[in-house]
Amino acid sequence: MTIRGRVRTGLSAVADGLFAIGLALLNPAVLGLWLVGLVLGPVPVLGPEFLGLATTVVRWRADLERRIGTRAGVPMRRPYTPRPDPAEVGDRQWLRWLLTDPATWRDAAWLLPGALVAIGLGLLVLTITGYGLAGVLLVPLWLFLGGIWFGYGLFWPTTNLAEAWLALPQGLVVVTVGLIVAPLLRTVNLRFARLFLAPTRGAELRLRVAHLTESRAGAIDAQAVELRRIERDLHDGAQARMVAVGMTIGLAERLVLRDPAAALKLLAEARATSTTALVELRHLVRGIHPPVLAERGLEGAVQALAMSLPVRTTVTSHLPSRLDTPVESALYFAVAETLANVIRHSNARTAWVTLRHTGGVLFAEVGDDGDGGADPRHGTGLQGIERRLDAFDGTMSVTSPPGGPTVVTMELPCVSSSPRT
Amino acid sequence: MRVVIAEDLTLLRDGLTRLLKAFDFEVVDAIDNGPALLPALLRHRPDVAIIDVRLPPTQTDEGLKAAIAARTQIPGLPVLVLSQHVEPLYARELLTDQAGGVGYLLKERVSDVEQFVATVQQVAGGGTAFDPEVVAQMLARREPLAGLTAREHEVLRLIAEGRSNAAVAAQLFITEKVVSKHINNIFTKLRMPPSDDDNRRVLAVLMFLNA
Repeated sequence: MTIRGRVRTGLSAVADGLFAIGLALLNPAVLGLWLVGLVLGPVPVLGPEFLGLATTVVRWRADLERRIGTRAGVPMRRPYTPRPDPAEVGDRQWLRWLLTDPATWRDAAWLLPGALVAIGLGLLVLTITGYGLAGVLLVPLWLFLGGIWFGYGLFWPTTNLAEAWLALPQGLVVVTVGLIVAPLLRTVNLRFARLFLAPTRGAELRLRVAHLTESRAGAIDAQAVELRRIERDLHDGAQARMVAVGMTIGLAERLVLRDPAAALKLLAEARATSTTALVELRHLVRGIHPPVLAERGLEGAVQALAMSLPVRTTVTSHLPSRLDTPVESALYFAVAETLANVIRHSNARTAWVTLRHTGGVLFAEVGDDGDGGADPRHGTGLQGIERRLDAFDGTMSVTSPPGGPTVVTMELPCVSSSPRT
Repeated sequence: MRVVIAEDLTLLRDGLTRLLKAFDFEVVDAIDNGPALLPALLRHRPDVAIIDVRLPPTQTDEGLKAAIAARTQIPGLPVLVLSQHVEPLYARELLTDQAGGVGYLLKERVSDVEQFVATVQQVAGGGTAFDPEVVAQMLARREPLAGLTAREHEVLRLIAEGRSNAAVAAQLFITEKVVSKHINNIFTKLRMPPSDDDNRRVLAVLMFLNA
């Protein structure tokens, strides 16, 4: 990291320390609210409502800490069990769901010790940097206050201007120490929070099972819909046309002696229909598994795709060898869908695709210089891509500020198969 | 004219053989797999080879690779590649040596027998012939062609499909003289100096594929 980067990280960590102290001061109030909720819980009608509200506040505070942690490189996932289906806010089942979730109690248990640790570490950071700043600013202060100063660092008390000047390098050293220590202390604070706020092993497994169940159901649904579409396309398209071809040729057979000219016309018609059937079949095959993907793998298929786009698209790729077919296919369609979005919505003039495979993860990045403003929560296309990747434990993220540029990043865990022989 | 055919589906291989024989071609060899293709091409040195992109044992693009490999050893060996689908990417790879004598068609074009035979002869004679579908995909990327008029577009499309000047003239109901004028305009707009006459048609097609 550059010096500038380090300074920036240090400063933001100091600011985070200050912020953490402020938040920690909220904790006792949150805890108090929750305790009151627990006491009032058994009271009919109002009790459960209040307890629910208090728990929501606790979870809000815990989620805030999780977000801060994730941003500062100490990721914490939400540990809560999903709300049972028939539960309505305020009813008995809902209350049981809140209270039997161990994560609720772990959140509450964190509030006080978490606050103490955050305040302690935050004050430490502020003290060190503050003292350093005092050293840097000592000379002007000393001159302004007219020599009534009791001393700094090694020179205690400060007796003359020269010694006052020497506070400057000492102050700089202390500030530097503060900036170096601040991110470390922030991490310590968040690690401590993680002990309480991150899912336990059991919760982790439960979350994983829930996620797998959901993504499996999504994959099966998508598969069924896809098969249905293929069946319908074949039935209404190519199959019907081939029947027509057979009929036309049969008719031509009957006419060939009596009216050769009409027979010829029918044969030409049959040929045209068979060509149309082939075109339909080709489109269908491309939709199931593009031939170029089968022949050239992900890299070649994306290159071919880029060539066919009306927007100039560059492809850079560092893939070691062929990947597992389902993974190639999933990522190909995800990239194709993303590029289709670029063409349809972005007004971009150029686009680029990067493919990379490192550490068992396949990355694809699709960027464009268009208008930006793409939002995965609103586009069904982007949601479709997410579901497609989800079946492989893959993820997608979108950065698309208004005015652009848009960058879509996709990640799929996978191992590359052995080099092709 | 001596032909080598490489096609793994028996039905199509026999059909092609029969069709070509009916038009007085001599089918010197009919191959059904990838590894045997390159040696056969080098041994027979046919006047034209008709090759399926996808061949056993890998069922990927063995035919295409063999065709390209054969052309590095026998420069300008006329090759007509057939495929169930067409990719501008493959068309570009076939053309990179700029030697001409290359064709790339959808398999279904075989059903228009006379047009198909004309294309085989065109390729055997050192011309280039690309499937209308590839050409359409190329031309859909307007960028490098921004300067061309609509008429010049049409002419270029027909050239890329492998038509001669006479055929282009007949199709567009204009005289051959006008066609060659259009072609000269196209070359000028694409900045192709008249010095390297022979392959400017190939170069023009290649330019779009590389765009």
